[in-house]
Order: sequence, then structure tokens, then C-alpha cells
Amino acid sequence: MGTEAGSHHHPRPTSPIEDRVAALEALLAEKGIVDPNTLDDIVAYYENELGPMNGAKVIARAWVDPEYRDRLLDNGTAAIHELGFGGPEGDNMVVVANTPSIHNVVVCTLCSCYPWPVLGLPPRWYKAPPYRARMVREPRALLREMGCSIDDDVEIRVWDSSAEVRYLVLPMRPEGTEASSEEELAGIVTRDSMIGVAVL
Amino acid sequence: MNETVNDVVNDVRSSALADPDLPRSNGELTFDEPWQGRALAMAIALVERFDMEWDDFRRHLVAAIEADPHRPYWDSWALALEAFVAEHLPGATPLA
Repeated sequence: MGTEAGSHHHPRPTSPIEDRVAALEALLAEKGIVDPNTLDDIVAYYENELGPMNGAKVIARAWVDPEYRDRLLDNGTAAIHELGFGGPEGDNMVVVANTPSIHNVVVCTLCSCYPWPVLGLPPRWYKAPPYRARMVREPRALLREMGCSIDDDVEIRVWDSSAEVRYLVLPMRPEGTEASSEEELAGIVTRDSMIGVAVL
Repeated sequence: MNETVNDVVNDVRSSALADPDLPRSNGELTFDEPWQGRALAMAIALVERFDMEWDDFRRHLVAAIEADPHRPYWDSWALALEAFVAEHLPGATPLA
């Protein structure tokens, strides 16, 4: 009510890139190459079904089941698939474990490679030039700016995701969670902790 | 509560880097605008439909980002999609 744009409601002008994407979809649909309904399903799937809640289940399982943890670190793709997660951008998963002396963090310097099946689509900052450049050049300073201070005596390992490999960080289980159930543990695992820009 | 912790972290982040590409304190939107979702879905659908590797698309994405690193991400994605279609379906591109 009473906002500047409120009284006169014109349709928002479309951008050239938006028009081009729409034209491409119309053409692919007309030729029977893609079905717009399929696109609807894919969008809904990526918006609703994929997300860090999947990765959180993987991490929680690794915390409570040492054998699963070994399998996860040995063959991430297979161990993640055990829990039912897989698909595009999840073919070659490598899981790297944080320890008291090693902190892992993931970046994709070339584009935006990211383990979709376990984390969903990447957050905006992950795709942005400042993160992609600075995480390689000055990880400790950038992590500190992101609210994640890593002690100087802890080694920081930066993993560059690529077409060949998608990385997922296995955070350390927080102290004081010994009595928590697997489900409760999954509830405390955050997206950022699995990228390595936060600790739990 | 996790959400509160995340909000705090995100706030710290936004103020620290003051970059419009950083997440909003009220949470991350998957897509800013619907066309971005369509562009994502088309890439996935085409790779699946033609039984290609994801890297067949990704090569174009890397090239589009490299060509102009500061162009908005989804704009690069859309250009990559056009190039991908032009490469694999030469008869089906509006640019042909």
C-alpha cells in the first residue's frame, strides 16, 4: 500500500537475456526437443528437493557410524549414493575431513562446480568472482571476513572443484553432542560448514 | 536455532565484504528470476535427453565466465546454453 510502484502497475520490462532464454525454450519446445512440463519439474526439483539437508544426513551418518565414515572418505560418490543421493554434478564426489589440525574449504575457481545432490544449487557468493579468486589467494583472511576464524596453527586446505571432482567437507562433530541422535545431528549441520566457510 | 546462527553469519558476511553477490540476511533465493530456473532446467534436460556428460555443458559455462568474469552469473549461463545448443543442435538455435 502506498509504495511508489504500487499505484501504477505496469508489467515489468523483460531483459534481453530473459527474452533470449524464452525464445530458446519456445524453439526447443516447438521442435519437441524439450517439454516445458519437464522443465517445470526440474525447476521444482532443484528448488525443493535438493539442498543441504541431504548433505547434512550424510555428515550425521558419518559422525555416528565409523564404518560409514571410512567408506565416505574412501569413495564419496558410492557412500553418498548409499543414502539415495546422486545425479548431475554428483558423479565424482570426494569428501575431505576436518581435523583439529586441518581445515578444508571448497571453491570452484573456473565457474561454479558444486555438489548439487548433497548441497543443492550454490549460493550466490560461491559463484561470484571475489570468493573464487580470494579463497585461493588468501583463504585465512577471507574466512575471517566470512565470520570463520581459523587458528594460525591450523592448516587450511583449499580444494578447487572441477568437472572431474566435487568436494564436500566433513566438519568436525561439535563437542557436547555425544548424546544426540543421528537425526538431531543432521539438524545442526549447516550448508556453510560443508563448504568449509563455517565451523560448527 | 540454526537459522538464527546463519542469519548472524550472513549479516557479518554482508557487512564485511559489502558485495551485492553475497547472500541476503533473510536467506538465499535459488533463483532471482524465473528465467534463470528455465535456463538451468534446459541445460539439464538437454544433457539428459542426448545422453551427454555434464562437462559438455560446463565447458561452455567456463568459457562464458572466462570471456567476461564480471558478467552476472546467470547471463553467462544463458550464453553458455545458447552456445551449447548451437554446437549440438545446429538447426535449433535462434541465432543460426
